[in-house]
Amino acid sequence: MSVLVEAVVTSVRLVLQGSEEFWNVIAVTFEVAIISTIVGVLLGTPMGFLMGATRFRGRRTMIALTNTGMAIPPVVIGLLVMMMLSRKGPLGFLGMLYTVNAMSVAQTFISTPMIAGLTAAAVASIPYKLRLQARSLGASPWQEALLVIKEARLGVVAAVAAGFGAVVRGVGAVMMVGGNIEGKTRVLTTAIVQESRKGEFGTSLAYGIILMTVTFGLNGLITWYQHSSERLGRV
Amino acid sequence: MSRPQSGTGLPLRAEGVRKEYDKRVVLDVDHVEIESGQTLALLGPSGSGKSTLLSILGLLEPPTAGQVYLDGKPVSTKDTAARAQMAAAFQSPYLFKGTVADNVAYGLKLRRMPVAGRREAVAEALERVGLGGWESRSALTLSGGEAHRVALARALVLRPRVLLLDEPLSSLDPLIKMQMMQDFARIIREETMTTLYVTHDQSEAMAVGDVMVILREGKAVARGHVDDVMGLPPDEWTACFIGSEPPFRGVVIESDEGLTGIDVGGPIVWATGTLAPGTRVLVGIRPEDVLLFESGVEIPTTTARNQMAGTVTAMQLLGVMYHVVVDIDGVRLASRVSRASVREMQLERGSEVQVIFKATAVRVKPQEDGRDS
Repeated sequence: MSVLVEAVVTSVRLVLQGSEEFWNVIAVTFEVAIISTIVGVLLGTPMGFLMGATRFRGRRTMIALTNTGMAIPPVVIGLLVMMMLSRKGPLGFLGMLYTVNAMSVAQTFISTPMIAGLTAAAVASIPYKLRLQARSLGASPWQEALLVIKEARLGVVAAVAAGFGAVVRGVGAVMMVGGNIEGKTRVLTTAIVQESRKGEFGTSLAYGIILMTVTFGLNGLITWYQHSSERLGRV
Repeated sequence: MSRPQSGTGLPLRAEGVRKEYDKRVVLDVDHVEIESGQTLALLGPSGSGKSTLLSILGLLEPPTAGQVYLDGKPVSTKDTAARAQMAAAFQSPYLFKGTVADNVAYGLKLRRMPVAGRREAVAEALERVGLGGWESRSALTLSGGEAHRVALARALVLRPRVLLLDEPLSSLDPLIKMQMMQDFARIIREETMTTLYVTHDQSEAMAVGDVMVILREGKAVARGHVDDVMGLPPDEWTACFIGSEPPFRGVVIESDEGLTGIDVGGPIVWATGTLAPGTRVLVGIRPEDVLLFESGVEIPTTTARNQMAGTVTAMQLLGVMYHVVVDIDGVRLASRVSRASVREMQLERGSEVQVIFKATAVRVKPQEDGRDS
């Protein structure tokens, strides 16, 4: 119990006093999470729409690969990206290994299938006849796709949140390609691992509390959005 | 119920349209057309290909084979200018998330109409469907009937040249459906736009349609003016589907002063019109036009030209009315009789009855080249 109390006190102190390292960890965490979520949205939403709302040759393979991507352990993704970016790897000339960019790339491989897979499920639930209805009122294929995404927006928002959650909570990939370098590539999850190894459970738990607060805040925001949509009859 | 037809051309036509899903042919119609200002009622049981034909004619889905023409020019699903001249409302209203106004304005927004004009058009369209002032209501909190009205307003607001209605009333309860059917018929008549109305309900088809096509397993089995198709179904299946008896064959024996006597192999049936004696014809009478009286009772004075005796051979209860089949010297006629009348007349199989119908109720069609059809 005393450890928990100490953790809370430490987290409050960390937030109030805010050492440079502490804020740096948070900044890097959010930088990586936001970049990989944005890229994941840009890639995953159209992919999800294609898989959920259209029929084309290779669709089943694409769905299988996406589902595999959703289940693949982050550490394996980290390993693959590390191999690509290592000096001897095909992209070694970019000199990206152990940088925030490398971490963002690895995390994008985690967020994209998550967003694509859940978006596909959300848009697949929109009746085909609704699309015919839009088409019959003059919608172009783009306008039709936008309407489908808009109609499935609660599911799409949940997909984006899941993608963000997956990258913000991941350890394996960022550890592999970021190296957990203090002041440079250390993020909340790798900091927790680091502090635990040092026996600094208070600091470690403090980071954990901050991570949980972020997750709770995000989920709270989504829940509020869903409920307000229901209340206003927008769902 | 048919309205004057402007008949100024053929805005919409399809030739040889076929649709296959997984190599299974679901539609194979050689020819279908709608004249300008007409309402074509597309009637058929579930799975007969009605909605598929509507989707193809409305340029919503491409046919596997065949061609759709708008104003005589071949058009396809990629022809946005052609598609912009059409609008549809479906069995389920499929309202989008948002307000009633958002929904009705959807097509106008796609056409980049300025906000002020849009607002005015939306208000006017809602007024036309009896929902004036409903703009700010949430579309997803409406009742079934209200949602259908919004869906119709969303199509009407675009002032399309061709209006496509796919079973717009079939999901409603009977009371609302009756009211909506009358409203739809009135609105379609007032708008004078070319309309394709898909339904499996013959009373709906008769209420709104000028011409009719009946589909069975993807093929058109009957087409023509609504009264002709309903009065003279081409075969037994069609007759059964529309709640009638198949037409019977006859030969014109005399024709004078607008009245034609036809020998149908037993009784003489009188019809309006003039046909040369000896002409072989098909004769049909809608059950609603045939009255039955008990045998031996005095029939009130009537202008009905056809009065004959027959025997009840079959009775089937269809909702509130009985479908009663009467044999008159080998000729089968059907009549719709209320439950109360059946009770009062103590009608049953084998009952002797008097059959009465007007000459104007008799549909006559010469047989092509003297062949039996």
